[in-house]
Amino acid sequence: MGSLRGGGRWVFAATVAAYVVLGGVVLSLLLWSGLASDQRKVMSDAIAGQAPALLITSVLMVAGLVALVAWVIGRYSSTARRLTADTRLVLDANPSHQLDRSGPPELRELAMAVDDLAERRRMAEGEVAEQIAAAQERLEQERNRLATLMAELAVAVIVCNVDGQILLYNAAARSVLDDEAVVGLGRSIFGIVDRDLLAHAVERIKDGSSSHVTTTLHGQQLLQVQVATLQGADQAVTGFVLLLEDLTDRINLSTRRDELLRELTEGTRASLGSIQAAIETVVDYPDMEPEERQQFVGIVREESHRLGRQVEQWVTESTAYLGTEWLGSEIGGADLLAVVAGALQRADAVTVSVLPPTEALWVRVDSHAVARAIGHLAERLHEQVGVDSLTLAIARAGGHAQLEAAWAGEGPDAEEFQTWLDEQITGGAAPSVREVIERHGGEVWSGNASGAAPHLRLLLPLTEAGLEPAARIAIGDTGRPEFYDFGLFDQPAESLAWQDRSLGELSYTVFDTETTGLDPTGGDEIISVGAVRVVNGRLLRRESFERLVDPQRRVPAGSTAVHGITAEMLKGQPTIDTVLPAFARYAADTVLVGHNVGFDMQFLRLKEPSTGVRFTQPVLDTLLLDAAVHPDHEEHSLEAIAARLGVEVLGRHTALGDALVTGEVFLRLVTLLQQRGIRTLGGAVEASRATLHARLDQSMYNR
Amino acid sequence: MAGKVLIVDDEPNIVVSLQFLMKKSGFETSVARDGDEALLEVERFRPDLVLLDVMMPHRDGYEVCQQLRSSGWADLKIVLLTAKGREAEVTKGLALGADAYVTKPFSTADLIDTVNRLLAGGG
Repeated sequence: MGSLRGGGRWVFAATVAAYVVLGGVVLSLLLWSGLASDQRKVMSDAIAGQAPALLITSVLMVAGLVALVAWVIGRYSSTARRLTADTRLVLDANPSHQLDRSGPPELRELAMAVDDLAERRRMAEGEVAEQIAAAQERLEQERNRLATLMAELAVAVIVCNVDGQILLYNAAARSVLDDEAVVGLGRSIFGIVDRDLLAHAVERIKDGSSSHVTTTLHGQQLLQVQVATLQGADQAVTGFVLLLEDLTDRINLSTRRDELLRELTEGTRASLGSIQAAIETVVDYPDMEPEERQQFVGIVREESHRLGRQVEQWVTESTAYLGTEWLGSEIGGADLLAVVAGALQRADAVTVSVLPPTEALWVRVDSHAVARAIGHLAERLHEQVGVDSLTLAIARAGGHAQLEAAWAGEGPDAEEFQTWLDEQITGGAAPSVREVIERHGGEVWSGNASGAAPHLRLLLPLTEAGLEPAARIAIGDTGRPEFYDFGLFDQPAESLAWQDRSLGELSYTVFDTETTGLDPTGGDEIISVGAVRVVNGRLLRRESFERLVDPQRRVPAGSTAVHGITAEMLKGQPTIDTVLPAFARYAADTVLVGHNVGFDMQFLRLKEPSTGVRFTQPVLDTLLLDAAVHPDHEEHSLEAIAARLGVEVLGRHTALGDALVTGEVFLRLVTLLQQRGIRTLGGAVEASRATLHARLDQSMYNR
Repeated sequence: MAGKVLIVDDEPNIVVSLQFLMKKSGFETSVARDGDEALLEVERFRPDLVLLDVMMPHRDGYEVCQQLRSSGWADLKIVLLTAKGREAEVTKGLALGADAYVTKPFSTADLIDTVNRLLAGGG
């Protein structure tokens, strides 16, 4: 019935009526020819008398017929058209739209059948969506697990894609490579390992194993890099895993140890030589004068003293070095007690109570081994002396941490205790308690000196607080770091020109400066730079940059009122000649973003000649972008935009605080720009330029 | 000042010097060559002070020290004398009841000072 629209429907109805009329005429003619002549006479007289009425009736009947037919056809076809439109709606826009059930019964059934079909399709799609969601959830969980694992690892790990972009790194990597311009998500691994060297390492990898290369960073840090490849489904290499080890300390250590050993042997030989010569002379020449003899005896005395001092010095130094060489992990005193208590409770031989340490102390130990050693002794105490409950405590004892397990009742027999120390710790190929303690350079004993409760004490190596805070593993710190972004795996290589690249995939450095005043050409200077990176649509708060700068001039009290930075705080800080190159390295290969950034750029540009640094990358201004997105608002201060976009403002008026707020604002602006069809950097720059002109026209461009 | 000093060391060469020094300083001396002998000799000789070497066969100096303290010899002065010079060992020695810890090599004058100070009732 597809052709029966509008006029066609009426033509069809008229045709039907014409056939009916024709049928009537033919029927009348047949009847007429079958009549006798007198009958025809009667008939024609009757008709003739009623002619106008008959004609009108016939015309009305035909018209009614036409209308009826047209109506019937129209009803079917319009219902069918509505059904089609509805079905399209279900197909393209709203899968749960219900079809209209009015219209002729056949079409109602059709509508119900289509509804059923739509329902089934909805269910099927729902299942698929659920499966996808579940799979994504699993993936996300695995990634989080991996990231958490990585973060806790004491080994420095960096994962990058084939283009060398860093996708993941852990705290240990950050502490080994102590430079925010080198380690960061989306940064190039080739800033750490030379491209050719990495290629060389990859070439040497055989059968899914890994290979080593050694490299130097900034010409001073010696790194050993272990490289393994990541493979995709089709065996193609999709990325690399790099394990980094800082050999600098180890090399220095072994150099120093070699020196010590040499000093010891040479010094010992020299002194022994003098002693031997003096003594043999005295013995061989018994008739020498008393003064001569006195001289030789003096030599023996002096040289033996020197030997003693030398040994003493060697012992002091070598224990310092040996202590640092052994690779235990640092653990807080309270955490060590918790680990030991946990192990004792699991062994279920004794009940444990823990006295919390009264002072913060860190020890460098293999906490697992120590816990098992104490567990072994606790088991023996339980069996042999009937100890049921232990009280654990830890405290400083000279240069060591003294871990004590005390109990009420009898102490063990001293000789028997010695035999416990030499037993293999139960379970597995374990060393003895004595071996564990010796490995730590510690001591262990049991006693009840000065009438105290019997106890077991272990001396363990202390580490000085603040020695290497980054390498410390604090148990219970489960804060998942921002150290990974697997989205970068899928990022295309940087082949596009800046302006054609999408806003979402670019990396940005959002920054702010604090200055001594508003007039850079009139002698005002930068006193603080704060910056944070945006990579793959995320603000990386942990990868921030923050420096105070000695402006080498007075800091006006008026400016201190704004940023809170006093001349006192700037004393001893680096000058702009050091900070600007560091910032340039931090911001390399990213788009610069700031609020009213023209102001900051003026300060930076003025320093380009003296520092030799050039900022050639594109620059975006959140003030202009906001004006492009919200042309009807007049207020475009950072506070106003933040409030409008729902960004919480914390710690403003420090350079880093403002950079963080600007970063959050920028991310939201990017979303709004994208909704307005501005998707590329070129588009954003163009929109900024247009608003800048509009604003200049209105003379509203003020800071 | 008179007093009795027991010298416990398995190294005869150092015993010679120690005994000579103690006698010259006016002390009555006796010698034991290992830990077990030392425990017996303390009971027999009843010294005021023991010069006790840590590294000895059978029963080491720490153990002798602990044994003496736990068997009622609370006032007996004990000087641990050893080539073991690590700080952990010093801490352990003092924790087990020694009054002083002297590391070999030592200055003879310092040792005599330490002994005199302890016997004079100093800490």
